[in-house]
Amino acid sequence: MSTSTFHRAGSGATPVILDGARAALWLFGTVLFGVVLYYFVGIDQGATSVFGNDTHIHEFIHDARHFLGFPCH
Amino acid sequence: MERQFIVRGMLAGALGGLLAFVFARIFAEPPIQDAIDYEGGRDEAQSLLDQAAGLPAAHEHADPFSRAIQGSVGLGVGIIAFGIAMGALYGVAYALACGRTGGVRPRPLALLVAAGGFLALYLIPFLKYPANPPAVGNHETIRDRGGLYLLMVGVSIVVLVAGVWFGQRLKPRFGTWSASLLAALACAVVLGVVMLLLPSLGELPANVREHGQHATETPLPLTDPQGRVVYPGFPADTLFEFRLYSVAAQAILWASIGLCFAPLAERLLTSGSARSRPTAEPATAG
Repeated sequence: MSTSTFHRAGSGATPVILDGARAALWLFGTVLFGVVLYYFVGIDQGATSVFGNDTHIHEFIHDARHFLGFPCH
Repeated sequence: MERQFIVRGMLAGALGGLLAFVFARIFAEPPIQDAIDYEGGRDEAQSLLDQAAGLPAAHEHADPFSRAIQGSVGLGVGIIAFGIAMGALYGVAYALACGRTGGVRPRPLALLVAAGGFLALYLIPFLKYPANPPAVGNHETIRDRGGLYLLMVGVSIVVLVAGVWFGQRLKPRFGTWSASLLAALACAVVLGVVMLLLPSLGELPANVREHGQHATETPLPLTDPQGRVVYPGFPADTLFEFRLYSVAAQAILWASIGLCFAPLAERLLTSGSARSRPTAEPATAG
Protein backbone atom coordinates (compact mmCIF):
# COMPACT_ATOMS: atom_id res chain seq x y z
CA MET A 1 0.00 0.00 0.00
CA SER A 2 2.97 2.30 -0.24
CA THR A 3 3.88 3.07 -3.81
CA SER A 4 3.79 6.49 -5.35
CA THR A 5 1.44 5.54 -8.19
CA PHE A 6 -2.04 6.85 -7.71
CA HIS A 7 -4.95 4.46 -8.02
CA ARG A 8 -6.51 5.35 -11.29
CA ALA A 9 -7.40 3.41 -14.42
CA GLY A 10 -4.34 2.49 -16.44
CA SER A 11 -1.84 3.35 -13.70
CA GLY A 12 -0.80 -0.30 -13.42
CA ALA A 13 -2.28 -0.64 -9.94
CA THR A 14 -4.14 -3.87 -9.19
CA PRO A 15 -7.85 -3.71 -9.96
CA VAL A 16 -10.64 -5.20 -7.88
CA ILE A 17 -10.95 -8.67 -9.35
CA LEU A 18 -13.63 -10.41 -7.31
CA ASP A 19 -17.23 -10.40 -8.25
CA GLY A 20 -20.27 -12.37 -7.33
CA ALA A 21 -21.27 -15.34 -5.21
CA ARG A 22 -19.21 -17.88 -7.15
CA ALA A 23 -16.00 -16.05 -6.28
CA ALA A 24 -17.03 -15.89 -2.63
CA LEU A 25 -17.71 -19.64 -2.64
CA TRP A 26 -14.28 -20.39 -4.11
CA LEU A 27 -12.56 -18.17 -1.57
CA PHE A 28 -14.50 -19.67 1.31
CA GLY A 29 -13.78 -23.23 0.18
CA THR A 30 -10.10 -22.47 -0.19
CA VAL A 31 -9.86 -20.89 3.25
CA LEU A 32 -11.58 -23.96 4.69
CA PHE A 33 -9.12 -26.25 2.90
CA GLY A 34 -6.16 -24.21 4.12
CA VAL A 35 -7.38 -24.12 7.70
CA VAL A 36 -8.09 -27.89 7.79
CA LEU A 37 -4.61 -28.62 6.44
CA TYR A 38 -3.10 -26.16 8.93
CA TYR A 39 -5.01 -27.91 11.71
CA PHE A 40 -3.75 -31.38 10.81
CA VAL A 41 -0.15 -30.24 10.37
CA GLY A 42 -0.07 -28.14 13.51
CA ILE A 43 -2.64 -29.07 16.09
CA ASP A 44 -4.44 -32.41 15.70
CA GLN A 45 -3.54 -35.15 18.20
CA GLY A 46 -1.93 -32.55 20.42
CA ALA A 47 -4.18 -30.03 22.12
CA THR A 48 -7.25 -31.57 20.46
CA SER A 49 -7.79 -34.71 18.41
CA VAL A 50 -10.40 -35.74 15.87
CA PHE A 51 -9.23 -39.37 15.81
CA GLY A 52 -9.35 -39.88 19.57
CA ASN A 53 -6.28 -41.21 21.30
CA ASP A 54 -4.35 -42.05 18.13
CA THR A 55 -0.93 -40.40 17.66
CA HIS A 56 0.07 -41.46 14.14
CA ILE A 57 -0.29 -38.05 12.49
CA HIS A 58 1.36 -36.36 15.44
CA GLU A 59 4.35 -38.70 15.45
CA PHE A 60 4.72 -38.79 11.67
CA ILE A 61 5.00 -35.02 11.26
CA HIS A 62 6.53 -34.56 14.72
CA ASP A 63 9.69 -32.75 13.57
CA ALA A 64 7.81 -30.49 11.16
CA ARG A 65 5.36 -29.50 13.87
CA HIS A 66 8.11 -28.45 16.24
CA PHE A 67 10.06 -26.71 13.51
CA LEU A 68 7.10 -24.76 12.12
CA GLY A 69 6.57 -23.23 15.54
CA PHE A 70 3.54 -25.12 16.81
CA PRO A 71 3.35 -26.15 20.48
CA CYS A 72 3.98 -29.89 20.77
CA HIS A 73 3.80 -32.47 23.60
CA MET B 1 -10.03 -15.17 -11.92
CA GLU B 2 -9.98 -16.17 -8.25
CA ARG B 3 -9.40 -19.81 -9.18
CA GLN B 4 -6.20 -19.01 -11.07
CA PHE B 5 -4.94 -17.09 -8.06
CA ILE B 6 -5.73 -19.94 -5.67
CA VAL B 7 -4.08 -22.60 -7.83
CA ARG B 8 -0.97 -20.46 -8.34
CA GLY B 9 -0.83 -19.67 -4.63
CA MET B 10 -0.92 -23.36 -3.76
CA LEU B 11 1.80 -24.16 -6.31
CA ALA B 12 3.98 -21.37 -4.94
CA GLY B 13 3.29 -22.69 -1.43
CA ALA B 14 4.27 -26.24 -2.39
CA LEU B 15 7.53 -24.99 -3.89
CA GLY B 16 8.23 -22.82 -0.83
CA GLY B 17 7.50 -25.82 1.40
CA LEU B 18 9.90 -27.95 -0.62
CA LEU B 19 12.70 -25.39 -0.27
CA ALA B 20 11.99 -24.97 3.46
CA PHE B 21 12.10 -28.77 3.81
CA VAL B 22 15.53 -28.97 2.14
CA PHE B 23 16.75 -26.25 4.50
CA ALA B 24 15.22 -28.01 7.51
CA ARG B 25 16.68 -31.36 6.52
CA ILE B 26 20.19 -29.86 6.48
CA PHE B 27 20.04 -27.35 9.33
CA ALA B 28 17.20 -28.30 11.68
CA GLU B 29 17.70 -32.03 12.07
CA PRO B 30 21.02 -31.78 14.01
CA PRO B 31 19.60 -29.57 16.80
CA ILE B 32 16.37 -31.63 16.85
CA GLN B 33 18.45 -34.78 17.34
CA ASP B 34 20.50 -33.02 20.06
CA ALA B 35 17.26 -32.10 21.82
CA ILE B 36 15.94 -35.67 21.62
CA ASP B 37 19.26 -37.02 22.95
CA TYR B 38 19.06 -34.53 25.80
CA GLU B 39 15.52 -35.70 26.57
CA GLY B 40 16.63 -39.35 26.57
CA GLY B 41 19.51 -38.66 28.95
CA ARG B 42 17.28 -36.64 31.20
CA ASP B 43 14.64 -39.38 31.35
CA GLU B 44 17.37 -41.86 32.32
CA ALA B 45 18.65 -39.59 35.09
CA GLN B 46 15.08 -39.07 36.28
CA SER B 47 14.37 -42.80 36.43
CA LEU B 48 17.57 -43.34 38.45
CA LEU B 49 16.37 -40.68 40.91
CA ASP B 50 12.93 -42.30 41.03
CA GLN B 51 14.48 -45.72 41.68
CA ALA B 52 16.59 -44.31 44.52
CA ALA B 53 13.46 -42.76 46.01
CA GLY B 54 11.60 -46.09 45.65
CA LEU B 55 9.09 -44.77 43.12
CA PRO B 56 7.72 -46.98 40.33
CA ALA B 57 9.54 -46.53 37.02
CA ALA B 58 7.69 -44.44 34.42
CA HIS B 59 6.79 -46.59 31.42
CA GLU B 60 8.31 -45.69 28.06
CA HIS B 61 5.85 -44.96 25.25
CA ALA B 62 6.79 -46.59 21.98
CA ASP B 63 6.82 -44.25 18.98
CA PRO B 64 5.00 -45.62 15.92
CA PHE B 65 7.60 -44.05 13.60
CA SER B 66 11.39 -44.27 13.77
CA ARG B 67 13.55 -41.16 14.05
CA ALA B 68 14.75 -41.76 10.49
CA ILE B 69 11.16 -41.56 9.18
CA GLN B 70 10.27 -38.56 11.35
CA GLY B 71 13.35 -36.67 10.23
CA SER B 72 12.93 -37.31 6.49
CA VAL B 73 9.52 -38.26 5.04
CA GLY B 74 7.57 -36.96 8.04
CA LEU B 75 9.43 -33.67 8.06
CA GLY B 76 8.95 -33.28 4.30
CA VAL B 77 5.24 -34.14 4.26
CA GLY B 78 4.59 -31.82 7.22
CA ILE B 79 6.43 -28.80 5.84
CA ILE B 80 5.17 -29.18 2.26
CA ALA B 81 1.57 -29.64 3.48
CA PHE B 82 2.02 -26.52 5.58
CA GLY B 83 3.36 -24.71 2.50
CA ILE B 84 0.32 -25.74 0.43
CA ALA B 85 -2.04 -24.59 3.21
CA MET B 86 -0.25 -21.26 3.46
CA GLY B 87 -0.21 -20.91 -0.33
CA ALA B 88 -3.97 -21.48 -0.47
CA LEU B 89 -4.62 -18.83 2.18
CA TYR B 90 -2.13 -16.56 0.44
CA GLY B 91 -3.97 -16.86 -2.88
CA VAL B 92 -7.22 -15.86 -1.18
CA ALA B 93 -5.55 -12.96 0.64
CA TYR B 94 -4.00 -11.73 -2.61
CA ALA B 95 -7.30 -11.91 -4.49
CA LEU B 96 -8.98 -9.95 -1.71
CA ALA B 97 -6.17 -7.40 -1.53
CA CYS B 98 -6.29 -6.63 -5.26
CA GLY B 99 -7.75 -3.18 -5.74
CA ARG B 100 -8.48 -2.75 -2.03
CA THR B 101 -5.05 -1.74 -0.79
CA GLY B 102 -4.36 1.47 -2.67
CA GLY B 103 -2.22 1.98 -5.74
CA VAL B 104 0.03 -1.03 -5.45
CA ARG B 105 1.16 -2.80 -8.62
CA PRO B 106 0.77 -6.60 -8.90
CA ARG B 107 4.35 -7.63 -8.10
CA PRO B 108 4.95 -5.40 -5.06
CA LEU B 109 1.52 -6.46 -3.77
CA ALA B 110 2.60 -10.12 -4.00
CA LEU B 111 5.59 -9.39 -1.77
CA LEU B 112 3.55 -7.31 0.68
CA VAL B 113 0.91 -10.04 1.09
CA ALA B 114 3.69 -12.61 1.64
CA ALA B 115 5.28 -10.35 4.26
CA GLY B 116 1.89 -10.05 5.95
CA GLY B 117 1.49 -13.83 5.99
CA PHE B 118 4.97 -14.33 7.44
CA LEU B 119 4.27 -11.78 10.18
CA ALA B 120 0.71 -12.79 11.08
CA LEU B 121 0.97 -16.56 10.80
CA TYR B 122 4.44 -17.02 12.21
CA LEU B 123 6.71 -14.20 13.34
CA ILE B 124 4.37 -12.20 15.60
CA PRO B 125 3.07 -15.32 17.42
CA PHE B 126 6.71 -16.49 17.63
CA LEU B 127 7.69 -13.31 19.51
CA LYS B 128 5.37 -14.29 22.35
CA TYR B 129 5.42 -18.09 22.06
CA PRO B 130 8.61 -19.07 20.19
CA ALA B 131 9.13 -22.41 18.47
CA ASN B 132 10.46 -25.07 20.83
CA PRO B 133 12.54 -28.14 20.04
CA PRO B 134 11.56 -31.56 21.43
CA ALA B 135 12.21 -31.84 25.22
CA VAL B 136 11.15 -28.22 25.76
CA GLY B 137 7.51 -28.16 26.82
CA ASN B 138 5.41 -29.66 29.56
CA HIS B 139 2.94 -32.17 28.09
CA GLU B 140 0.41 -31.31 30.80
CA THR B 141 0.06 -27.79 29.40
CA ILE B 142 -0.36 -28.70 25.71
CA ARG B 143 -4.01 -27.61 25.72
CA ASP B 144 -3.21 -24.18 27.15
CA ARG B 145 -0.20 -23.74 24.92
CA GLY B 146 -2.12 -24.75 21.80
CA GLY B 147 -4.94 -22.38 22.65
CA LEU B 148 -2.63 -19.46 23.46
CA TYR B 149 -0.62 -19.96 20.27
CA LEU B 150 -3.72 -20.05 18.08
CA LEU B 151 -5.08 -17.02 19.91
CA MET B 152 -1.86 -15.18 19.12
CA VAL B 153 -2.13 -16.21 15.44
CA GLY B 154 -5.76 -15.08 15.29
CA VAL B 155 -5.06 -11.76 16.97
CA SER B 156 -2.11 -11.12 14.65
CA ILE B 157 -4.25 -11.73 11.54
CA VAL B 158 -7.06 -9.48 12.78
CA VAL B 159 -4.69 -6.69 13.84
CA LEU B 160 -2.74 -6.68 10.56
CA VAL B 161 -5.92 -6.69 8.44
CA ALA B 162 -7.31 -3.89 10.59
CA GLY B 163 -3.98 -2.08 10.21
CA VAL B 164 -4.26 -2.18 6.40
CA TRP B 165 -7.80 -0.85 6.60
CA PHE B 166 -6.70 1.84 9.06
CA GLY B 167 -3.84 2.88 6.79
CA GLN B 168 -6.30 3.32 3.91
CA ARG B 169 -8.42 5.56 6.07
CA LEU B 170 -5.43 7.70 7.06
CA LYS B 171 -4.07 8.03 3.52
CA PRO B 172 -6.18 10.97 2.27
CA ARG B 173 -5.12 13.00 5.27
CA PHE B 174 -1.45 12.06 5.79
CA GLY B 175 -0.31 10.66 2.44
CA THR B 176 0.80 7.11 1.70
CA TRP B 177 4.15 7.19 3.52
CA SER B 178 2.96 8.66 6.82
CA ALA B 179 -0.32 6.73 6.76
CA SER B 180 1.58 3.43 6.34
CA LEU B 181 3.94 4.27 9.20
CA LEU B 182 1.11 5.37 11.49
CA ALA B 183 -0.87 2.20 10.75
CA ALA B 184 2.22 0.06 11.41
CA LEU B 185 2.79 1.87 14.70
CA ALA B 186 -0.83 1.31 15.72
CA CYS B 187 -0.48 -2.42 14.93
CA ALA B 188 2.73 -2.63 16.99
CA VAL B 189 1.11 -0.92 19.99
CA VAL B 190 -2.01 -3.13 19.93
CA LEU B 191 0.05 -6.32 19.50
CA GLY B 192 2.44 -5.23 22.25
CA VAL B 193 -0.45 -4.75 24.67
CA VAL B 194 -1.90 -8.16 23.76
CA MET B 195 1.47 -9.80 24.36
CA LEU B 196 1.78 -8.07 27.73
CA LEU B 197 -1.67 -9.28 28.78
CA LEU B 198 -1.28 -12.92 27.69
CA PRO B 199 0.53 -15.19 30.17
CA SER B 200 4.03 -16.50 29.58
CA LEU B 201 4.19 -20.29 29.35
CA GLY B 202 6.07 -20.55 32.65
CA GLU B 203 3.21 -18.74 34.38
CA LEU B 204 0.66 -21.44 33.55
CA PRO B 205 -0.72 -22.92 36.80
CA ALA B 206 0.57 -26.46 36.11
CA ASN B 207 4.12 -25.12 35.66
CA VAL B 208 4.03 -22.85 38.72
CA ARG B 209 2.86 -25.79 40.87
CA GLU B 210 5.68 -27.97 39.62
CA HIS B 211 8.61 -25.59 39.23
CA GLY B 212 7.73 -22.23 40.81
CA GLN B 213 7.85 -18.92 38.96
CA HIS B 214 9.73 -19.03 35.66
CA ALA B 215 9.22 -17.34 32.32
CA THR B 216 9.28 -20.43 30.11
CA GLU B 217 9.02 -24.23 30.09
CA THR B 218 12.67 -24.75 29.13
CA PRO B 219 13.90 -27.64 31.32
CA LEU B 220 15.88 -26.56 34.39
CA PRO B 221 18.76 -28.61 35.79
CA LEU B 222 17.64 -31.86 37.41
CA THR B 223 18.64 -32.07 41.06
CA ASP B 224 18.70 -34.95 43.55
CA PRO B 225 17.07 -34.64 47.02
CA GLN B 226 20.28 -33.03 48.35
CA GLY B 227 20.01 -30.30 45.72
CA ARG B 228 23.01 -31.43 43.67
CA VAL B 229 22.67 -31.09 39.91
CA VAL B 230 22.56 -34.59 38.40
CA TYR B 231 21.59 -33.52 34.88
CA PRO B 232 22.09 -30.07 33.28
CA GLY B 233 19.36 -27.71 32.09
CA PHE B 234 18.48 -27.61 28.41
CA PRO B 235 21.53 -26.47 26.35
CA ALA B 236 21.09 -22.79 25.40
CA ASP B 237 23.00 -23.12 22.13
CA THR B 238 20.71 -25.90 20.88
CA LEU B 239 17.65 -23.81 21.75
CA PHE B 240 19.02 -20.76 19.94
CA GLU B 241 20.06 -22.73 16.85
CA PHE B 242 16.68 -24.41 16.62
CA ARG B 243 14.79 -21.13 16.87
CA LEU B 244 17.05 -19.29 14.44
CA TYR B 245 16.62 -22.02 11.84
CA SER B 246 12.89 -22.13 12.47
CA VAL B 247 12.63 -18.41 11.64
CA ALA B 248 14.90 -18.87 8.62
CA ALA B 249 12.78 -21.74 7.26
CA GLN B 250 9.58 -19.70 7.51
CA ALA B 251 11.34 -16.75 5.87
CA ILE B 252 12.37 -19.05 3.00
CA LEU B 253 8.82 -20.38 2.70
CA TRP B 254 7.14 -16.97 2.58
CA ALA B 255 9.80 -15.36 0.42
CA SER B 256 9.41 -18.20 -2.10
CA ILE B 257 5.64 -17.78 -2.13
CA GLY B 258 5.92 -14.03 -2.73
CA LEU B 259 8.64 -14.23 -5.35
CA CYS B 260 7.03 -17.11 -7.29
CA PHE B 261 3.58 -15.62 -7.16
CA ALA B 262 4.62 -12.09 -8.20
CA PRO B 263 5.31 -12.72 -11.91
CA LEU B 264 2.37 -15.16 -12.16
CA ALA B 265 -0.02 -12.59 -10.72
CA GLU B 266 1.29 -9.86 -12.96
CA ARG B 267 0.76 -11.99 -16.05
CA LEU B 268 -2.77 -12.90 -14.93
CA LEU B 269 -3.75 -9.34 -14.13
CA THR B 270 -2.27 -7.71 -17.21
CA SER B 271 -3.64 -10.31 -19.64
CA GLY B 272 -6.96 -10.13 -17.79
CA SER B 273 -7.25 -6.37 -18.19
CA ALA B 274 -6.17 -6.59 -21.83
CA ARG B 275 -9.01 -9.01 -22.56
CA SER B 276 -11.70 -7.17 -20.63
CA ARG B 277 -13.27 -3.81 -21.36
CA PRO B 278 -11.13 -0.67 -21.10
CA THR B 279 -10.17 -0.31 -17.44
CA ALA B 280 -12.18 2.84 -16.71
CA GLU B 281 -14.36 0.63 -14.50
CA PRO B 282 -12.10 -1.06 -11.91
CA ALA B 283 -14.52 -3.91 -11.19
CA THR B 284 -14.07 -6.72 -13.71
CA ALA B 285 -15.72 -10.10 -13.42
CA GLY B 286 -13.53 -12.91 -12.05
